[in-house]
Amino acid sequence: MPVDYIPRTRELYRAFKPYQWVMNETAPPWTPLKKPLAQSRVAMMSSGGVLYRDQTRFHREDTSYRLIPKSAVREDLSVWHFGYPTKDAEADPNCVFPLEALRDFEREGVIGELCDSAFTFMGGIYSSRRVRDELAPRIVEELKDRRVEAFYLVPA
Amino acid sequence: MTSAMDITRAVNPPRAVFVNFPLGHQTGKPNDPALQRSIVRDALRAFETISRPGEIVELPYVWDANDRRWEETDYTDGFLQGRPPQEDTDRFEAERRRRYSNGEGKSA
Repeated sequence: MPVDYIPRTRELYRAFKPYQWVMNETAPPWTPLKKPLAQSRVAMMSSGGVLYRDQTRFHREDTSYRLIPKSAVREDLSVWHFGYPTKDAEADPNCVFPLEALRDFEREGVIGELCDSAFTFMGGIYSSRRVRDELAPRIVEELKDRRVEAFYLVPA
Repeated sequence: MTSAMDITRAVNPPRAVFVNFPLGHQTGKPNDPALQRSIVRDALRAFETISRPGEIVELPYVWDANDRRWEETDYTDGFLQGRPPQEDTDRFEAERRRRYSNGEGKSA
């Protein structure tokens, strides 16, 4: 049975004003794939707080993001996030940042091309307005610059 | 890619793939590349198979067939215990940056 995380969040943070979840009641926007995935350029983004080498770590309410080279290996990656137990992600970032699998799928032709960078941020941002108005437009620009055709998001 | 069905239903993204794992493992268990590959492959397939905006594909993976107690405790009181205090975080951060700037790498 799926866990209901909205009531659990309310309970866990009961000392605070109830969180205003994003509720989208209208049909979501729809962009069909233009080509089969095997011919498409794919990018991945994780909100798991993954960092490359000496990149500056995230802080609370941080709407900045990091670019992770697609060639990054585990030794290059670490994790900073206050909102979920990061022990497993630190041991193997692929739990929330599946770069190794995506590289395999590029090599095997399942996807046409993996974007030169993956994207990470730290999802513990209280204001969904700031995510929408500050973080999302900058990511959209990055994706357009790189002519990304399919975007795989992994919220952690 | 989601492990939080109720949050994803509320956000209502164009396409989603659900795996019923504890938070922090949306693309699999640590050091289990076969499972990670399988989950990510299923997620990629959904780019081509989802045709109705808002559809959520539920994947069949089970975290532990013999023990479902995590479903009772995930994201409840005590969930974030064991997180390092801020001073330790800052010390860890300084050490991490020093190692990389010296070219020593993570495990040095």
